[in-house]
This record gives sequence, structure tokens and C-alpha cells, in this order.
Amino acid sequence: MIRLLAARLGQIALVTALLSFAAFLLIGLMPGDPIEIAIAGDPRLSSEDAARLRALHGLDQPLWARYLAWAGGVLEGRFGHSRLFALPVAALLWPALIGTLELLGLALLVAGVCGVALGALAALRPRLGPLVQGFALFAQAVPAFWLGMLLIILFAVHLGWLPAGGSEGGWRALVLPVATLAFANLAAYARHGAAALSAALEEPHIRTARAKGAGERRVLLRHALPNAAVPLLTVAALDAGALVSGALIAETVFARPGMGKLIYDAVMGSDFNLALIALLVVAVVTMLATLAADLAQRWLDPRIA
Amino acid sequence: MRAGLGLLGLLAAFAAAAPWLAALLGHDPFAPDLFNRFAPPSAAHPLGTDELGRDLLLRLAHGARVSLAVGLAAALAATLIGTLVGLLAAWRGGWLDAVLMRLADGLLALPALPLLVILAALDPAAVGLPRGEALADVLRLSLLLAAFGWVGVARLVRAGALSLLARDYVRAARALGVSEARLLWRHVLPGLAAPIAIATALAVGGAILAESALSFLGLGIAPPAPSWGNMLANAQELVFQAPLAALWPGLAILLAVLGCNLVADAISRGR
Repeated sequence: MIRLLAARLGQIALVTALLSFAAFLLIGLMPGDPIEIAIAGDPRLSSEDAARLRALHGLDQPLWARYLAWAGGVLEGRFGHSRLFALPVAALLWPALIGTLELLGLALLVAGVCGVALGALAALRPRLGPLVQGFALFAQAVPAFWLGMLLIILFAVHLGWLPAGGSEGGWRALVLPVATLAFANLAAYARHGAAALSAALEEPHIRTARAKGAGERRVLLRHALPNAAVPLLTVAALDAGALVSGALIAETVFARPGMGKLIYDAVMGSDFNLALIALLVVAVVTMLATLAADLAQRWLDPRIA
Repeated sequence: MRAGLGLLGLLAAFAAAAPWLAALLGHDPFAPDLFNRFAPPSAAHPLGTDELGRDLLLRLAHGARVSLAVGLAAALAATLIGTLVGLLAAWRGGWLDAVLMRLADGLLALPALPLLVILAALDPAAVGLPRGEALADVLRLSLLLAAFGWVGVARLVRAGALSLLARDYVRAARALGVSEARLLWRHVLPGLAAPIAIATALAVGGAILAESALSFLGLGIAPPAPSWGNMLANAQELVFQAPLAALWPGLAILLAVLGCNLVADAISRGR
């Protein structure tokens, strides 16, 4: 277990290092050189000033030297400043990360509970199976940003029950983004939940439990569900990336502060440093979530090597 | 299978019919007509008009051309790369297999959309592509999406090829002295038709969704060329004036992706 953990953490560190290098190289290709932006903002800057600024910020160095200097700073916890927001990057990251984790956690909970409930319906009532499968196929095809817009039109514009976006209004502002993100991720839980529960209900220990007089609810919740939890955790591990991608969409559509919106705003505002660091944080969080789901799987089912 | 292919066929026919539809209705989907902004659905404009008075039905048909083209091109490129990588990994084995599959794992573990947002914002001129033309946008997006889409195909192909390479008939062919290239081409690849077809169908749907998301975020197909995604981006700003404009492009995306998923589902059930 310790060796596995060390290997997986090593893999995460390697992927992060490679990603940071690749992204650093590529971001050099983005439109908008920082010094040119400074010149555009202050036309009195002479070419000597520009050269001095370049030397001051190390922009006259070769790319690999700049990367090493930047990566060394990040490893020491110096994340630098955001040009776009005129704030230290670290001060922007924490609230955004908490906002996103709030959204992700709630959406995962709703998607998991509703998906498993649908799966259980399909497993217990085989006649409803095709209906649930059909719904899952449909739900997988719905573009999340479109669903978000429709929800805004219905609940915010027409009915006026819920805010159309932002973070004001406590839980009310969370309802629509969570619903959008949960719907986009529900299908996988319903499909795999149905398959895993049907398989678990066929096992001999279920017959034993029924023979001993356990009610249907107890059979399902106590005897079948724990066995079906392992494949569902596989889905959760595989879908971590998709969930985070969905959060970016939900945050942009509903104008909710969070990591996805931060990356989007940083890219749109040519704030390279902020975009890069936020991307790396999101990638690390996603990989750690996948690892946590894998570990939980092994803990639940020691047979998995 | 029939339902999925029927949906995709209808959408393809709709896309193909764009010029005839324009001739029939007598409008230019790219020319603004400021006296007819936000026109309600009528005989002249079956779905109404947008904020510049352009016909929504015609823009939807032209958007279908762009969105379906990106979906198909990205999926075909991803299938090609994925099949080659998967076959190579299964056939060669050893360290090459390990490196390729770790690369696939690494890509799969990353959140795709934040990465795509950063990649899509790169200046195309800096890597030698022309800037701002619709065709260049289609090409750029297809390549970007294929760079992520090959992973799923490669994993399916590798798993299938590994099991086929251990079959007796493949070993018999080897014993008869068939060259390795012919072995893979004639004896292994045909056996992989079903997983490759499933992966391709899913990749088309995934690419259409991803393209629409990127265009929606303003990083995909640049206006004035219409794509279903950028039509929705437009509609989002006008939710209060023209809520109906948000309905049709999303419905088109939904039907296209649903068609692809239905086809993949049908193949995997063997029907």
C-alpha cells in the first residue's frame, strides 16, 4: 500500500512537472507579450525603458532559464502576482479553490445519489431498465452550458425564483450550477449503478439474506449496495476530469467565482502566470481526487491488486 | 442503430441542404438586415432572426456544416492516431507499451477543458497557421481535439489487440511465415473493427460537444462563421430579448451527440 501510494504520488509529480513545462512553452505562443501590453498602456515608454523592463523581469533570458527560474519560485511558494486582478496569485487561488470544491462536492453528491437511485430502480424493476438506459443516453448528450442557459431562462428570467448567477444569495445561488453539473455527470452513475446492482443482486449471499427474511430495502441497502460501491468508485475516479471540466462550464455560464472561471478569465485577459498556476492547481487536485477514489476502492475490496 | 443513423443522416442532410434552403427562403445568412431584428418565426423566417436580423434556420444549417465537420475530422484523426498507438503498444510491448500507456494515463487524468481553453487561446500565427479564417479554425480545433481524443481509442485498441495477438490463428499465421506488417493488417486489425467503430462513434459525439463548449466560450469557431456553439454564446447575451434563440442550436447539438451515442451503444450490444 505504501509503495503503491509512493508510486502514484511520484507519477502525479512527474505529470505535473511535464505539464508545467509544456504549458510554459505553449503560453509563450499566446498573443500579447507583457512588455508590449505595458507599452500599449503607457505610450511614453521608450524602447530603452522596454529593454530595461525586459531585463528586469528576465524576459531577455532563453526560455529554459525562464522556466527554471519560474518553477523554482513556485516550488518555494512564490506564486507571483496577477497582472489582471492586481493581486498576489495565492490570494486569488484560495477563494476560487474553495468555491470550486463546494460546487464539485455538492454536484458529485447529487449526481451520485440520483444516479444510484436510478440505477437501483433499473436493477429492481427490470421493466424500467430500458427507460433508465434511454434516459442515461439522453442525459449524456445534453450540452451542460445549454442546460444551464435553459435553467436560467426558466427559473431566473421567467419564474424569478432563483438568481441567474453570481455568488450572492447563499445556497440559492448554488442550486442551478449544482443541478447543471450534477445532471451532466449523472448518466455514468445510473448506467454503471444499474449494471453493478443487478450483478450484486445475483450473488449467493443475497439469496441467503432473503432466505433469512431480510426485507427488500435491507437487502438492497445493506447487502447489495456495498458490493456495487466498488465499480461506482471506478466511475468516480475516471470521471474526475470530466467533473472538473464541467465545473469550468458551470462557473462560466453562472458567473460563479471558482478555478474554472479564474482560468478562463486569466486566458481571456492574457494573464499567463495566473492561467498557468491555476491550471496546475486544478490538474493536481483532479489527480489527487482520482487517487483518493482508487484508494477507497482498494480499501473497500482488498481483492483488487 | 437505425435511430442513431437516422438522426445523424437527418442532420447531415440539413447541413448539405444549406445553400438550397438559402435559395428557397431568399436570404443571405451572413448579411445583416437591421429592420428585421429579433423577428418572430414566420413563413419567411421559420425560426425567426437573430440580433442582426439574420435568419436563424439558415445559420443553424451553416452551423451544422461547421460543427459536424469538426466532429468528424477530429474523431477520424483521433481514431487514426489511437489505432496506430494502440496497435504499436500491444504488438511491441515492453518499455514502449509502458511509456505510451503512461502517457495515455497522464492525459486521461488531466481535466481536459481547462487545458483545451489554454491551448485554444494560443495564437495560431505563432505555430504557422493562418489566423481568423473559418477553415483554419476548423482545422485548428480538429487537431486540438484529436490530441486529446486518441487516448480512449488507443486503450480500447490495445486491449483488443492484446487478446487477438494471443489467439491460435494469429500464432498459426506467424508460424506460416506471414510478415509482421501483414499479420497486423490482415489478421489483427479486422478483428478490431467493432471496438474501433464504437470508439469512433463516441469520439464524434465527444468532439461535437467539446467544439460547441469551446465555441461557446469564444475560443472555437470565430464569428461571423456560425457554429452551434458560438450561436449559443450569442444567444446567452440575449437571453432576455430572444429566449427562443437559445433553444435550437442546443437541440441540434443534443441530437447529434445522441445520434453518435445511440450508434455506439447499438454496436456494443451487437445489433
